[in-house]
Amino acid sequence: MRNTRMKTLFVLAAVFALALWSSAPAEAAPKKGGTLKFVVGSKIPSYDGHIESTFGMIHPIRPFYSLLIRVNPDNPASPTDFVCDVCEGGIPQPTEGHTKYTFKIRGDITFHSGQKLTSADVKATYDKIISPPKGIESNRKAFFSMVKSVTAPDPKTLVFKLKYPTGAFVPALALPYNFIYSKADLDKHGYKWHQKNVNGTGAFRFVQHQPGAFVEGKRYDKYHHKGKPHLDGYRAISAPKMAIRLQAIRGDRAAIEFRGFPPKARDDLKKALGDKLTVQESDWNCNLMVTPNHKRKPFDDARVRRALTLAIDRWAGSKYLSRIAIVKTVGGVVFPKHPLAATKEELVKIAGYWPDINKSRAEAKRLLKEAGYPNGFEFTLHNRGVDQPYKVVGTWVIDQWRKIGLKVKQWVQPSGPFYATLRKKKNFDVSIDFNCQSVINPLVDVSKFISDDRAGNQYGQYQDRQLDKWFEEMNREPDVKKQRAIMRKYEKRALDEMAHQFVTLWWYKINPHRSYVKGWKIAPSHYLNQHLDNVWIDK
Amino acid sequence: MASPSDLAVSEMDFDTLPERSWVDKIKDTARKKPLGAVSACAVMVMILLAVLANVITYYDPVQNAFDSMHVAPGAAHWFGTDQFGRDIFTRIVFGARTALFVGFSASILGSTAGLILGVGSAYFGGRVDLIFQRFMDIFISFPLIIMALSVVSIFGTGTQNVILAITIPLIPRCARVVRSSALAIREIPYVDAARALGFAHVRIIFRHMIPNVMAPYLIMLTSFLGQAILLEASLSYLGLGVQEPTPAWGLMLQGGAEEYAESAPWIPVFPGLAITAAVFAFNLFGDAVRDTLDPRLRSE
Repeated sequence: MRNTRMKTLFVLAAVFALALWSSAPAEAAPKKGGTLKFVVGSKIPSYDGHIESTFGMIHPIRPFYSLLIRVNPDNPASPTDFVCDVCEGGIPQPTEGHTKYTFKIRGDITFHSGQKLTSADVKATYDKIISPPKGIESNRKAFFSMVKSVTAPDPKTLVFKLKYPTGAFVPALALPYNFIYSKADLDKHGYKWHQKNVNGTGAFRFVQHQPGAFVEGKRYDKYHHKGKPHLDGYRAISAPKMAIRLQAIRGDRAAIEFRGFPPKARDDLKKALGDKLTVQESDWNCNLMVTPNHKRKPFDDARVRRALTLAIDRWAGSKYLSRIAIVKTVGGVVFPKHPLAATKEELVKIAGYWPDINKSRAEAKRLLKEAGYPNGFEFTLHNRGVDQPYKVVGTWVIDQWRKIGLKVKQWVQPSGPFYATLRKKKNFDVSIDFNCQSVINPLVDVSKFISDDRAGNQYGQYQDRQLDKWFEEMNREPDVKKQRAIMRKYEKRALDEMAHQFVTLWWYKINPHRSYVKGWKIAPSHYLNQHLDNVWIDK
Repeated sequence: MASPSDLAVSEMDFDTLPERSWVDKIKDTARKKPLGAVSACAVMVMILLAVLANVITYYDPVQNAFDSMHVAPGAAHWFGTDQFGRDIFTRIVFGARTALFVGFSASILGSTAGLILGVGSAYFGGRVDLIFQRFMDIFISFPLIIMALSVVSIFGTGTQNVILAITIPLIPRCARVVRSSALAIREIPYVDAARALGFAHVRIIFRHMIPNVMAPYLIMLTSFLGQAILLEASLSYLGLGVQEPTPAWGLMLQGGAEEYAESAPWIPVFPGLAITAAVFAFNLFGDAVRDTLDPRLRSE
């Protein structure tokens, strides 16, 4: 029985990986040397991966660090292909009823400071991530709620014991934020030292950071992956404005931008640079959501929320918005094409995904009338002051809602105040929100929809114990088919029956880069595959 | 020496002089100030566009029309369409409403508040004037855009807050100019007479002083219009003004300048031209009003 399940999972994962991998270019033998210059459109809040969530930190800082395991750099599109980084061999098979994972740690790794890495360093790192002392932040603590204990019985062995078996554990280990820190650094300097200092075992050593200008790294000669890195160094150039990042690539002041550009920018670059430019594209593990404030009338009424989602023509939106914004794929709560994601046949049964938009909008009007708003009503859409894709999608959904008689104004805030409104003030009617993850781990990624007293990033201010129950069941269910069945019920309730909050479109990643940049393969997240040890310059 | 009968005759002659019609007066002013006349026409056209927007164009300024994305200027769409398929000419016409509404509101509010404060400061004089003018100095020391940005960052975005953001930095500029005229008015005996008659301060300020400083007030008001329109466009361009889908020139420029300057240049070019034309027209109009109302310039 277990074998059949494993085979099914394997086949589904292989098909999924193959589908995503199709855009990856073929590679020749790597050349040594050169400095990679890339542009980064966001600032570095701190160097500490355990507390940050922005690509502004990941892109320039990730190359200084290693992880316990990582997404396979040669197949980053796969949601199930993980390889060892500081561990050796393959990903260990779980024992004791899938509740114990024993990792063997390599003995040939040294930190940039010269100190040898042992399992005690990895344990200290995961202790900081999973159970930090009071007053110490850890952004991804919740991802490891299944972990019972972490032990290092000897310098080469690390053991994780889980409270229950779950498929969400291994992907959580591969999160690109889980930088391995030195226990000696943590003991000597404290848990906040890494916010302003760098000492890792990554492919590159920290040289300098000129705030607002660039971060510079140079090759670490004792890097543990033999023959890597290929580059002599890199320079991550800060360029908050998209026009500047585009011009940097166009003028060859930078070779690549790892987050992604909108389609028009890709077309302009391609037109200007021809075959000097290579474009890699991929589905993106990010979606843009609409979150009604359940504490405000009339959004406390499920009929009104359903009307909002029914008015949105996602299928047409995908066709047109993909020409002007970094969104494309129509999907439900799970990353599209993942084995746990809804198929198109399943999606079209959910409110807001019906193929006949006229029927959908007629139903939306009926619901509004039934809820006491036959002539619609006015409200404000809260949005983030970032063009791609927030403001573009915001303008689009406002137009969609006009078609069922709703009058909507847009209230745009810069990122800081935007988050403050979502998290603290909560004084919005309906807000644009997003669910952006790194490693594809649907069992954890869909936690966005559970009750707000359990999910730290649910801003709709609702509690739904049924969803909480199904979420727990999914995470403890080892059978993929059963997981999938629960996921469908979960999705239907979250997006349709209760319409607590809803997905508009999934993002689509477009990375145009100079053709001389080789070895880097696009992943379904701008956080993944940024260690740069496999990148080389063919110049 | 003229006899009383001579005086009576000359008064009679004056009364019998033919009254010049307002058309003649306008023609005369236009001849003397051709630039002012052209700018006044441009301002009138802009006001007409704003008022008759629904009649002038039949496209919806906010409705997305994805079948017509990035259409180049032509017969169907004179100024082309934007990334959402919206007709740019229509959005410019409707955008004139936003520009004029914000421009007039901020200018009138800013100038009027400056008028009252400036006259009040001059009237009371002494310590009140001294302290008040130091506050004005602080406000004037900040460039308009910096001051407006600060106000928006405190109060947030949206049309009302943009008007407030533009109004606040205009107040001290008007107050300072008006105060200098009001200081002279304060020394004229009729103000003392009004005081001697026991009139309240408010009555003296509003009935006896403000009507006598209307010339600088109107000059400031008209010169502020262009600045206010430019500030509104600047704030919208920076994403701090009015928000999509409201048609506004700065916002249109912001949405198209970066991404489409190369592949669809009409998206940023036409809103840019609209802003330029409006500011130019209002500045010239303001200059013409100043020339007409300023006694020194009038005599020249």
